[in-house]
Amino acid sequence: MSMLNVYNIAGSALSAQSMRLNVVASNLANADSVAGPDGQPYRARQVVFAAQPVAGAAVGVRVTGVVEDLAPPRRVYDPKNPAADGQGYVAMPNVNVVEEMVNMISASRAYQNNVEVMNTAKTLMQKTLALGQ
Amino acid sequence: MNRIDDTFGFHQKALALRAYRQEVLASNIANADTPHYKARDIDFKASLQGALGGRGGQVELARTSAGHLPGAGGAVAGARLLYRTESQSSVDGNTVDMDVERAAFAENALQYEASVTFINGMLRTLQSAMQER
Repeated sequence: MSMLNVYNIAGSALSAQSMRLNVVASNLANADSVAGPDGQPYRARQVVFAAQPVAGAAVGVRVTGVVEDLAPPRRVYDPKNPAADGQGYVAMPNVNVVEEMVNMISASRAYQNNVEVMNTAKTLMQKTLALGQ
Repeated sequence: MNRIDDTFGFHQKALALRAYRQEVLASNIANADTPHYKARDIDFKASLQGALGGRGGQVELARTSAGHLPGAGGAVAGARLLYRTESQSSVDGNTVDMDVERAAFAENALQYEASVTFINGMLRTLQSAMQER
């Protein structure tokens, strides 16, 4: 039954989108983390999606990696902060909160879309199984 | 027996193609955020005509050496995968237009249900013809 592949496709998209949501959550949580475990300011992370053939024409999604945003840290003037440099500037994470919010909404809509796809496939299969009854 | 085969043959082929198209559309929706992914679809009319004409089917690559890879055998009988013409281009090279895909997905699901309903009706007709009165 080729319709079963729909579950593999939509399922791969669900896990990819939830991973994207995870990354957004950690970016937003660390939007003001001046120092990470390595002593450097937190860097925004992004997931990388790639298409992955499941069977025949069925193509799922796969997260090929999580990359760090290489943009320079945001510099904020705050001489009272213990992490400030000689000129009184503190290096803050390069997280763009607005971008992350947009990313979050996009991921959650994509997730909903794929749940809808799974539900439709389920309804169709149930109808097919009830043939002749 | 052959008459029954003929009666159901058309709808069996149509149903297989509908299930296949559902899979292709699910792949498009799953890859809505994958860079460089190209949306695909089948021309249902041409594919069904191909399937009814006995064309298509599993197309295997000719292997003349033991080192040759088998390749993913052809799709469902008659199905010809095409690339969708994009209406609005995006910067990352992705050609999935979610409105188009969702509309096509809903339409295809409805057509699938219609085929199932037709088959159910035929089964009921045959059953009542076979019943003793």
